[in-house]
Amino acid sequence: MKTLEPLIAEHPFFKNLEKSYLELIVGCASNVRFDAGQFIFREGEEANQFYIVRQGKVVIESCPPGRKPISLQTFSDGEILGWSWLVPPYHWQFDAKAVELTRAITFDGKCLRNKCLEDHSFGYELLSRLVPALGTALEAARMQLLDVYGVQQQQ
Amino acid sequence: MDTSNPMIPQPRKIKRVIRETHDTFTLCVEPETVELEKSFKPGQFNMLYAFGAGEVPISISGDPRKPDVWHHTIRDMGVVTRALTNLKAGDTVGVRGPFGSAWPVQESRGNDIVIIAGGIGLAPLRPAIYALLEERDQFGEIVLLYGARTQEDLLFTKEFERWRGKYGVQVRVTIDSAGRDWKGNVGVVTTLFPGVRFDPANSVAMICGPEVMMRFAVLELKNLGIEDRNIYVTMERNMKCAIGFCGHCQFGPSFICKDGPVFPFSEISPFFGIREI
Repeated sequence: MKTLEPLIAEHPFFKNLEKSYLELIVGCASNVRFDAGQFIFREGEEANQFYIVRQGKVVIESCPPGRKPISLQTFSDGEILGWSWLVPPYHWQFDAKAVELTRAITFDGKCLRNKCLEDHSFGYELLSRLVPALGTALEAARMQLLDVYGVQQQQ
Repeated sequence: MDTSNPMIPQPRKIKRVIRETHDTFTLCVEPETVELEKSFKPGQFNMLYAFGAGEVPISISGDPRKPDVWHHTIRDMGVVTRALTNLKAGDTVGVRGPFGSAWPVQESRGNDIVIIAGGIGLAPLRPAIYALLEERDQFGEIVLLYGARTQEDLLFTKEFERWRGKYGVQVRVTIDSAGRDWKGNVGVVTTLFPGVRFDPANSVAMICGPEVMMRFAVLELKNLGIEDRNIYVTMERNMKCAIGFCGHCQFGPSFICKDGPVFPFSEISPFFGIREI
């Protein structure tokens, strides 16, 4: 039977990961598929997974009361989706929906959380890879907040 | 009338006004006489004079191969641009120019080209795109990464399919905020880099947009391995005379109007991002 190991091992996020850790992560991974329009998770639900988008496009949405849903960010091939599984109270803060047919690898965050508690070296390794991704996302969110195109600029 | 004095605006007839978005329009200006206007280089700008209101620098956004009509894409954001908004075909506008430096189109032959535009920053880059496509076989990959505020703010979208289909340009578009009817990318322009094909060691980048966007774009390009000398940015400051006399647009040792607006990043990097300048 084909395993996900080669796919996971060659992803930049897991590059050069120690073999035993890689095996552990592969054990927590599975393939998933979402049709266009299908919700991957919804705000407030328990967050026990994260995803690597293999192919397709996912949008993160917010639906403020009395307003139409607002698309905040899209994720495409190779990008990491979801970090609420890592932060108490482990609930999704936004909705995620497939914009088009999307194939992804999902990881059991609950399982990984426990492994991190048991093996701090593994926890450090995983977090040191996740934090830069979070930093990039935070930087992008701040840039969006600046509303740079709304101010005077070159014509 | 003295047509050789660069400080004297020449009256030009507006041939056509194109409504691009809710707040952006293009003035197509033709010479007063039947003589063909002298050519411009991609990246250069004109000073447009709305009589009774004032003068503003506006980049030329049209095709450099068609110099008999100058296109100026303008966003309605101030007193003068509001006055320009009110002009219609047949009206007259004062024009001085073209002024300033150009995108390094000829010099970039043999390289991949990465174009990054934000908002109305696509307008000064469009002449460069036309020039690149004119001799498409002289360049490797051509990438256009374009970010705007919303779907309604995107410029020149009808041309994207032709650039993709006919010329193989990798056009990626993203917007900062969207509703459910938008099926494209959402996020800042730098998030468009993953998945685009170009060789950083043999690439020239051209960037135009809000300065903060350019700062992040330059950082990303440098992370990918493009050298400072191969990154070109276009700067904006308060330009008045457009010929380096008045000093309003001084930027470190340079005048944006005369030495720019297009600069190699290596030339201006010591001053880029300094608040006081």
